Amino acid sequence: MHRDIRLLTDPFVPGSLIGPFTDACNGLGGVCTFVGEVRGDNNVEALELSHYEPLTLSGMEELADKAAARFDLIGLLMVHRIGRMHPDEPIVCVSAAAAHRRSAIDAVDFCMDHLKSAAWFWKRELRAGKWSWIEPRAGDYADLSRWK
Amino acid sequence: MSVTIHFLGPLRDMAGEDCRAVDAPLDWTGLLAVVGPEIAQQLNEARVNVACAGKVLSDKTTLNARDGDEVALLPPVSGG
Repeated sequence: MHRDIRLLTDPFVPGSLIGPFTDACNGLGGVCTFVGEVRGDNNVEALELSHYEPLTLSGMEELADKAAARFDLIGLLMVHRIGRMHPDEPIVCVSAAAAHRRSAIDAVDFCMDHLKSAAWFWKRELRAGKWSWIEPRAGDYADLSRWK
Repeated sequence: MSVTIHFLGPLRDMAGEDCRAVDAPLDWTGLLAVVGPEIAQQLNEARVNVACAGKVLSDKTTLNARDGDEVALLPPVSGG
């Protein structure tokens, strides 16, 4: 399986990743891509994602291994921002290529649910000049339990 | 001879620093003593994990960090 797993410290353009990714996936019949962006609701001025170098990227690689074992994939791209971001900036891009659509769609759904609740990222947001940490959401754990 | 403790997420704010070097070796009791009562209370919660030398401990009370090891205090993640 072709794989491209990265942490980025600078803003990125998801569209620019997808062309080279699909070019590297010979024989694909379908591609599914999800892009998550910083929401600007509730007067959020900025979002900051911190990580722990020895665990975060290796955890994403392990997640890619699980996706590869579970779904019939030709390629998987998982790119995640760290650092400070502003509303409308992309945070995450996951793209899966497969011979058939279901594998690609399910693999992206699987990776996103795990990134949201089981990857080593801590998030805080800036509102009215004040930073506050974001607590885990019950809904994220419920999403994750769908794959158990 | 030291172990470096890394404070992640909200624990960084509680500690007032990203990391701190302490004497090696460091076990669970030593860790609780060195981080202060506020962070020790957090560490005693099941939802806070501890990693040593790049591996998350399945039982954090078995911590046995040697000289040069990094110990990371990992509060619940808030998602990507």
